[in-house]
Amino acid sequence: MLKGKNVLVTGASRGIGRTIAIEFAKQGANVAVNYAGSEAKAKEVVEELISYDVKAFPIQADVSDENSVKAMVKEVIGQFGSLDILVNNAGVTRDNLLMRMKEDEFDEVINTNLKGVFLCTKAVTRQMMKQRAGRIINVASIVGVSGNPGQANYVAAKAGVIGLTKTTAKELATRNILVNAVAPGFISTDMTDALTDEQKEAMLAMIPLERFGAPEDVAKVVRFLASDDASYITGQTIHIDGGMVM
Amino acid sequence: MADVFDRVKAIIVDRLDVDEEKVTLEASFKDDLEADSLDVVELVMELEDEFDMEIADEEAEKINTVGDAVNYINSVK
Repeated sequence: MLKGKNVLVTGASRGIGRTIAIEFAKQGANVAVNYAGSEAKAKEVVEELISYDVKAFPIQADVSDENSVKAMVKEVIGQFGSLDILVNNAGVTRDNLLMRMKEDEFDEVINTNLKGVFLCTKAVTRQMMKQRAGRIINVASIVGVSGNPGQANYVAAKAGVIGLTKTTAKELATRNILVNAVAPGFISTDMTDALTDEQKEAMLAMIPLERFGAPEDVAKVVRFLASDDASYITGQTIHIDGGMVM
Repeated sequence: MADVFDRVKAIIVDRLDVDEEKVTLEASFKDDLEADSLDVVELVMELEDEFDMEIADEEAEKINTVGDAVNYINSVK
């Protein structure tokens, strides 16, 4: 259903972004694999995507830097000829209690996780407006809805992404550009592997489905939101959290 | 001058779906041609492509009438 569509996934060298990129390739979509620092991992992802007989290439960019983002989007449109789907996935964490959080820890997370979404969205909008079609899917987080101790910066950024999703959806609806967010809960990735067993136990107790999610659980919803089946959905945030936050 | 105006007019007629006679130099995009803010942003994008130039956001914000657009393009060309 997504055969021949051209997709840009930010932060696609690992974790949820990597799985999203693979999911799109399985559907026959071409994928530009953005990464910030892990070039080797991005190339591995590209190798895997190409095995599904689609076009794919790695592209380095710091999503928090406007010139870097503009150059990336120009390159992607140059290579693919169009851009149908943007997945804003790139994100970092710098967890700390509010009382101990340094200004640069706050800024760094806001710059990548929130400003990055703004810059990438702005950069692709021109092309999508011309096409009179486009899908933008933002990877937020369930903590952007519920809050989470130790993550003031991350939560603020993710809550910001949800608000940005709604505004972008309203501004671009008349141009047939649909903008939605997904809010993953506890998904097993590098980012969550760092937690202690006790922390994991405590998390499980809060999840009605009594299990953690897999990156594929998120990737499949992203794929749905990018498909024609989701053509009457915009401005929404879909929780993928086993029922943790309702 | 006429050349630039004609090309600008053609884009406006096409994009905003308005009658050619309404597109005068004095016509305001928002008041006379029923364009909303996003239409104006889009028109500026089209003008950039048509005339192969970049119009900075600060300059684009000053474009309210058809004449503003024509004058700006002439001043840069």
